[in-house]
Amino acid sequence: MSVVRSLRSLHGNKVGAAIEELHRAENDLAGALLHLSDRQRTDQEVFHVARDIARWSQQHARDLARVGSDYGVELDPEPEDESALLARLRQKAAEAVGRLHEPSLLLLADLRHIHREAAGVSLDWEVLAQTAQAMQDRELLGLCQDAHPQTLRQMRWADAKVKETAAQVMVTG
Amino acid sequence: MVVRRVDRVAEPWGSRTPYGPGEDWPVRVDTHLADGIAPEDVDRWVQSASILHSNGDGIDIAVKDDRIVGVRGRAVDRVNRGRLDPKDLYGWQANGSPDRLTRPLVRRDGRLVETDWDTAMGAVAGRTRELLEERGPSSIGFYTTGQLFIEEYYTLGLIAHGGIGTNHVDGNTRLCTATAAAALKESFGCDGQPGSYADLDHADTICLYGHNMAETQTVLWTRVLDRLAGPNPPRIVCVDPRRTPVARHATVHLAPRPGTNVMLMNALLRELLVNDWVDHAYVDAHAVGFPELRKMVDDCTIERAAEVCDVPAGDLREAARLIGTAERLVSSVLQGFYQSHQATAAAVQVNNVHIVRGMLGRPGCGVLQMNGQPTAENTRECGADGDLPAFRNWSNDAHVEDLARIWNIDPMRIPHYTAPTHAMQMMRYVEDGSIRFLYVTATNPVVSMPELRRMRSILSQDRLFLVVQDLFLTETARLADVVLPAATWGEKTGTFTNADRTVHLSERAVDPPGQARSDLDILLDYASRLDLRDKDGAPLVKWSTPEEAFEAWKECSRGRPCDYTGITYDRLRGGSGIQWPCTDEHPDGTERLYAGGRFWSRPDYCESYGRDLVTGSPVSPVEYRALNPDGKAVIKAGEYLPPHELPTEEHPFQLITGRTLYHFHTRTKTGRAPELRAAAPEVWVEASAADAERHGWSEGDLLRITTPRGEVTARLRVSGIRRGVLFLPFHYGYWDTEAGHEPGTVGRAANELTPTDWDPASKQPIFKTAAAAATRVRATDGTPSSAPTTTGSRPVDAGVPATRGIATALVHEDSGGTGARP
Repeated sequence: MSVVRSLRSLHGNKVGAAIEELHRAENDLAGALLHLSDRQRTDQEVFHVARDIARWSQQHARDLARVGSDYGVELDPEPEDESALLARLRQKAAEAVGRLHEPSLLLLADLRHIHREAAGVSLDWEVLAQTAQAMQDRELLGLCQDAHPQTLRQMRWADAKVKETAAQVMVTG
Repeated sequence: MVVRRVDRVAEPWGSRTPYGPGEDWPVRVDTHLADGIAPEDVDRWVQSASILHSNGDGIDIAVKDDRIVGVRGRAVDRVNRGRLDPKDLYGWQANGSPDRLTRPLVRRDGRLVETDWDTAMGAVAGRTRELLEERGPSSIGFYTTGQLFIEEYYTLGLIAHGGIGTNHVDGNTRLCTATAAAALKESFGCDGQPGSYADLDHADTICLYGHNMAETQTVLWTRVLDRLAGPNPPRIVCVDPRRTPVARHATVHLAPRPGTNVMLMNALLRELLVNDWVDHAYVDAHAVGFPELRKMVDDCTIERAAEVCDVPAGDLREAARLIGTAERLVSSVLQGFYQSHQATAAAVQVNNVHIVRGMLGRPGCGVLQMNGQPTAENTRECGADGDLPAFRNWSNDAHVEDLARIWNIDPMRIPHYTAPTHAMQMMRYVEDGSIRFLYVTATNPVVSMPELRRMRSILSQDRLFLVVQDLFLTETARLADVVLPAATWGEKTGTFTNADRTVHLSERAVDPPGQARSDLDILLDYASRLDLRDKDGAPLVKWSTPEEAFEAWKECSRGRPCDYTGITYDRLRGGSGIQWPCTDEHPDGTERLYAGGRFWSRPDYCESYGRDLVTGSPVSPVEYRALNPDGKAVIKAGEYLPPHELPTEEHPFQLITGRTLYHFHTRTKTGRAPELRAAAPEVWVEASAADAERHGWSEGDLLRITTPRGEVTARLRVSGIRRGVLFLPFHYGYWDTEAGHEPGTVGRAANELTPTDWDPASKQPIFKTAAAAATRVRATDGTPSSAPTTTGSRPVDAGVPATRGIATALVHEDSGGTGARP
């Protein structure tokens, strides 16, 4: 552990900053997924899956807050939460426009946003995993190995939903 | 020889014919004829099989004076050895019901009026053509069933995918069997039932996961009861929140909290690994993904599962021990898993049990991922349910090209840019107005789909042109623009396949009523009016009879897993049904798949590359090739997620919906058979004795059950269900009420309450995890609920009068024959 400790003290500030950045990005991704979910109340699969996989990002943020303290960064372990009331209001609005076809175009735009956010998070995990290896930090590496595949699944989901809905959105209506 | 007259409403499984492991199941021939008809009065017996459940029991239809007058089980058939389900014994009477549809109907000034076939079909084909020109093929959708025949599904799939070119084709099999198919595709790369019913003859341990076999496949359960009554009976493991007949016979009964199946299964798998109840040689040689499984289930300890599922840890350990020490293990899965939260992830774990234990493809070692409906297997095979015909892979270009070759069309005409649209998504497209024409065959979404207020609203839109093809004026038909009267079982000829791949022929015994036509004839008329052509200008649909359609289907199936090329109508006549694959090489069919650890999962051959079990995203061809280059079984698992709708202070119960032994689907037929109608005449709600006591409720009280989607009023049956859970049967709609298709003063269809939510991997809707409230509307005057006492709805109060049949319910049972009789 002494090697790890000395590497941490040498490079800790840079790594800490990377952890902080990823913590912010995961929180943003969770927020984007929850926002998508609220907007697409009438598209039930999007509504539920987006919520289910937002949990992954929230868990990642919690885990990053835990390892962050090893690198001297204080991060909020509790994921940002939207006001439940606000979310309900948005859902009602979404139900009212559910009979229109145009919101589907909005869905494509939102999925594109999720895909980009997740791609950024994925690269951040890549950087952190490489760093963890170089620093022989098993805890950090383990976190990367657990979290990164879920980020890739979030990205693939956005991609697959676009593939599934694009033709219907663009050609019919 | 033993002959008995048995009230099969009171004794649904009839007399015992005990037998021991490895022995042949004895024959027992069940016969039920109309009052006053003796066997010698019957003019002719016409061969068929059951279409009121998925078991596929062989039936002979009794005909006198060109009318159906009864049924008799086929002693030669491998599936039932002469026995029949009460639904079949009495349900045939619905064919002769006076309210059958006999003429087409069209909507004029808001009302459905009788018309002729030319006018009705002219309207259907005319609207199709208009929309094709104005909005393209994606504005057309087809929603079919699990109750038509091979010949009809294959024709429908060709018309929709190859002719019209729409991707929107699915069946109500989405509600009953989609997860069975999805789970098999995940584990074995391909649909197809691994096991065989005959495995029950050999098993030493039988696990039923969310499968109340006693009520959904009564004849198969009779086979289990006969094993239990014989020497060296099997041990039974039951997973079900209700105290069903299966649970009452179980060695271990686990009654988990609804929505926690994945946690339960992950913990059982972990226990198998911890105790090393693993066939390592089998896993090493024949599977991929074992290390990932170990990691996935690592934190699912028995203690954690005991807490999450609310099941005693000791019972979980004992269940794992029974599974882990079995030498011949049969597992069967149904709606308790398929219609619940994380359906595919839970069902796949059952496959994983068999893979890690090396128990596949040998006598007594098999998985049965069951079906709900009689011909659901064919909806899946023939390309009528969101798959391409003959288990072709929509994301493999070579498979699409091969299909285009058989159909003689340009591959670009077959939509394959994404998976065929599933039913729930199709309804969403109807809702948003991008689908404007929906052709519904033999199903009743206004009762069977979730969230009925939404369904009624979606299907009554003016901009939608709704065609309904059915036997009766169902709830859904009442919303249609055109209603087409169809012939049914006994009135048309065709083939279908049960849940253990047994193919049966069902022959026309009598003429359909009035102007009703077979579904095949109606579809052929539709194709010819649309003037669908192949790439050489010849008619796209090249057949005009059921047998020609079957021959065409055989060609389509050639070389694929579900190979029918060795079967002919003639070979199906007279004897037993035959299990596919049946080829020149295997002329008598194939009892078990995957013998010797050989699978259909090679990347260039498999039907599916699989999906992410949580997000539902399809696995890409490249990923799959890397994962499983040699075509082994795939061990895959998903992490547990809490259910989407959890109980709250306002909605403190978990509501599950289900079925009863005496009815099928929305009672369209069984509600018109007097014995069945009397056996379960009205909707009821089940609650546990603990909950009844806490709220001061008694047997027979009238309760109102509410969720944010609607309400249902029903009499209370205090039953053996677990605490905190309510159960409603889903069969009861409105066709026999004044309102016709919607609640009048009170709701009674369970799906008024269910949420619009589905498993992302199989797209099967979730009917088993809704948060609900219950309040008493009126205390009973001492009258109990009319729910059956013979089944899962058995009362805890022994004072409730037992369910008995009406006078005509007596059935003739003849045990001790050889089965050699044709």
